[in-house]
Amino acid sequence: MPADSKIADLLGHAPTVLNVGVKTFAATLEQVGARHLHVDWQPPAQGDPQIAALLGLLSDDDRPDSAGARIKAANEEALQRILAADPVWEDVRPAREIWPEMDDRALYHAGPPIEWDRMCGPMQGAVIGAIMLEEWAEDEQSARGIAEAGEVRFEPCHHHGAVGPMAGLVSPSMPMFVVRNADRGNYAYSSLNEGMGKVLRYGAYSPEVLARLRWMRDALGPVLQAGIRALGSVPLKPLMSQALQMGDELHNRHVAATSLLFKTLAPALVRALDDRERVAAALDPIAANNYFFLNLAMAACKAMLDSARDISCSTVVVTMARNGVEFGIRVSGTGDRWFTGPAAVPDGVYLPGFTEADAAGDIGDSAITETAGLGGFAMGGAPAVVKVVGGTPGDALDFTRSMHTITLAPNPNWTMPALGFAGTPTGIDVRKVLDTNTLPIINTGIAHKVAGVGQVGAGLVRPPLQCFTEALKALAETVL
Amino acid sequence: MKITNLVKRNRYQDSVTLMQVAVKLREVAGIDEVALMMGTEPNLEIMSEAGLLEDGAGGAGPNDLIVAVRGTGEAVESALSMLDDLLRNEVSTGKGTGRERGEMVPHDISSGLAELPDANLVLISTPGIYAAAEARKALLRGKHVMLFSDNVSIEDEVALKRLATERGLMMMGPDCGTAIIGGVPLGFANAVRRGKIGVVGASGTGMQEVTSLIDRYGGGVSHAIGTGSRDLSSYVRAEMTLTGLRALMADPGTEVVVVVSKPPGPDVLERLLEAVSDAEKPSILMFVGTNSDSYAGDSKDGQAGRQEFASTLDEAARLAVRLAYGLQVESQPVLSGEEDTIGSTMGRLRDSQRYIRGLFSGGTFCYEAMWLMQRALDEPVFSNTPLSPDLALPDPHGSREHTCLDLGSDEFTVGRPHPMIDFSTRSQRLLQEAADPQVAVLLLDVVLGFGAHPDPAGALAPVIRQAKELASTDGRALPVVAHVCGTEGDPQGLEKQRQTLLQSGALVAPSNAAAARLAVSIATQHKNEGV
Repeated sequence: MPADSKIADLLGHAPTVLNVGVKTFAATLEQVGARHLHVDWQPPAQGDPQIAALLGLLSDDDRPDSAGARIKAANEEALQRILAADPVWEDVRPAREIWPEMDDRALYHAGPPIEWDRMCGPMQGAVIGAIMLEEWAEDEQSARGIAEAGEVRFEPCHHHGAVGPMAGLVSPSMPMFVVRNADRGNYAYSSLNEGMGKVLRYGAYSPEVLARLRWMRDALGPVLQAGIRALGSVPLKPLMSQALQMGDELHNRHVAATSLLFKTLAPALVRALDDRERVAAALDPIAANNYFFLNLAMAACKAMLDSARDISCSTVVVTMARNGVEFGIRVSGTGDRWFTGPAAVPDGVYLPGFTEADAAGDIGDSAITETAGLGGFAMGGAPAVVKVVGGTPGDALDFTRSMHTITLAPNPNWTMPALGFAGTPTGIDVRKVLDTNTLPIINTGIAHKVAGVGQVGAGLVRPPLQCFTEALKALAETVL
Repeated sequence: MKITNLVKRNRYQDSVTLMQVAVKLREVAGIDEVALMMGTEPNLEIMSEAGLLEDGAGGAGPNDLIVAVRGTGEAVESALSMLDDLLRNEVSTGKGTGRERGEMVPHDISSGLAELPDANLVLISTPGIYAAAEARKALLRGKHVMLFSDNVSIEDEVALKRLATERGLMMMGPDCGTAIIGGVPLGFANAVRRGKIGVVGASGTGMQEVTSLIDRYGGGVSHAIGTGSRDLSSYVRAEMTLTGLRALMADPGTEVVVVVSKPPGPDVLERLLEAVSDAEKPSILMFVGTNSDSYAGDSKDGQAGRQEFASTLDEAARLAVRLAYGLQVESQPVLSGEEDTIGSTMGRLRDSQRYIRGLFSGGTFCYEAMWLMQRALDEPVFSNTPLSPDLALPDPHGSREHTCLDLGSDEFTVGRPHPMIDFSTRSQRLLQEAADPQVAVLLLDVVLGFGAHPDPAGALAPVIRQAKELASTDGRALPVVAHVCGTEGDPQGLEKQRQTLLQSGALVAPSNAAAARLAVSIATQHKNEGV
């Protein structure tokens, strides 16, 4: 359009007005019958003027070679990759086969990087258990000793293409789900779910816990490996789609997904193995554990989001993860950088005998599900989850609607009947989080702050604002 | 006296809504003072200084709403019990929001544009520190902007206007209170007949007066484009005035253009003359506070151009209507009630009554009145926004000799709504001036239109009556001269507003200039008689 024609166009008709701020002006437009919409404006980033100014500079832009146009194009690329991703479960393998360097006394954990002395109770407990599982030490005291002495290397699961729920410990001998994104070929990994109660991921390391972990290593892992190798592969996206339509949100509610997995797995296992007892022993814990699918869901989401990493100028969040002390996010356009802030105590429903005073800080890589548009983002389609995390079905709907305002687009592959088959909110945009003062909502389990006591409740939690403000500042440096 | 603070966490509300609730709570018997403000640093200081904060208001932050109430224990309880309903009513007056219950309301421009993608103008009235970023977002997406907010830095203004020019967009503001585009009133604007006269102006009330008078004189307005108050400064160099001028020259519906502003910086005048001298259509330039004669020699290359100059807002309107419609407008009379004619009032003035006191809600009206008064009286006219530094009032809350006050200026509006909406400051000052035996005449502007007070004359009438009675008890007449800026089509109705003022005993002049001249006439006539 030639320079003056946009203005001529403005003067040539009654304008269509977006009113931002004082309502009186919208009332006037209403009175005269002018086409308009009122924006109930609030200061971005809880009132931070520096961030507000950056949001203006990093806004989407019509002009081709501008910063805003680069961001817009980068985000479109990121969104496309996430939506086109096709996570497929292909194998079960011991961690050491995937990461040989782990035998050199490396342990992977949930959340952003953290050293032993800063770790929270449950994570230290899980570390002790993992050290004993790998027989690097014989008992709790010597396990603590080698950890304190710096003889074990600690790294985030995320740095190795893996994700783990709660403490999320991965040690060399643990069997791992292997998931491949058939669209772009990248892999993601997750441990197997131990079940409920006193388990390693909540920091327990008793003989019973270790015995179960050994059984998983020696019995469950190999059986599942045989089953998946017999099946060839299990596409996870359609399974998750079905589960969503059956009322799962795939972070704290996996009843449907676990059942669907069971349907696929059971006949294959029966056919692949002669030993009935071995098959039954493997199927029993899956049948008994409504959370079994969680770890696969996490790996699937990780595979999808990792495909959208490292797109220059993209403001899309590709990782949200917690280690009980800090909440960390990573953004596509800023590569490997973590942006962290203090992990909050979730706001939740507690099991009898427990209160908020008993809770550990927010912990786990399971927020990868929200990052991909599930969990808290899909609550509207899974109203039954409010029995676990608190609130009402009406709240659940509101949360999902709210998450649509901070994401790029709905996911057409994952739709929620309760919301008129709206797709799950996909592609968290750092700018929208700050502009709308709406932090992502996460459904989560709550651990006892003392190692090994276990789960004390479940609830809702959000990342700290500073993760997003720091991310925006870093993005500004790279884009502008 | 009891002070109570109530903090509502994470409850942002715009300042106008909050002030409207405060006004209602102040009306509760026994309430001494009320403030509803967001917990930003500057606001906390204001509330603290006003003696309204207890214990730092419990660590409230910028997104928390602080409700501070001072009054008797009973009154405070009563006020707080009304609070939630009032807030809810102010918020959910869905008029103008077009939302159904349960639907998500957009909270930012991006979401707003996603919902209304064919929006072509974004009207922004957020607090100043955030306003430039919001305007930028709109411009980058190819939308025209009207930036009502003030307290935007001059650097930001220049950058935004440059960006707008680059993108071929209109950027009206910052501090742009009035516009009429395609017949649609934006901000504070009047219901004006559509017609052939285009207006571009750096003064909101200036444009309100010019467009209202054009309507009254039988003409009509194609568009009124606001540029923001600093557009003709030497920093901004008339960037948007020139854009607006060009647009009106190109607009098929416009035949005559009027430019309204304070006097431009020297090199800026040249830029303007370049644009209008040999333009396709005639234009009228009106620089408030300058005489048209002083521009008689100014022209492009020494050639007389298609532009004419006007000395007052009223003159600009008359010239425009003559040029566009060939209408010669008769001089309009001053209206008075039967008992309070000009003559009878002046006859009852006492010797001590020598001075004019002007109380204005529009800064431009104040400025124009002062300038006219200064020229006619050849005596100093003091002000909080003086014509020259030596005429500054040492204390704006106390008048001196002839005084004209812009009550919309910062010193009067911190923590309070603008005087166009809330009349408490002006009412208090009116009575203060009425008690001063040296005051000969009071001067008021009464502004109608969309967004203004629903019944300004009705709010002022009892105060005017009270003022006159106060003076009368002291054996003094007290003429009150008002002018009503507005049209019959305005929600308040010009005629009805005039009648209300007349019934209170005020003299109603047809324009700001006429009101100022009448005030001078009253003051000087009396002086002459006394000689």
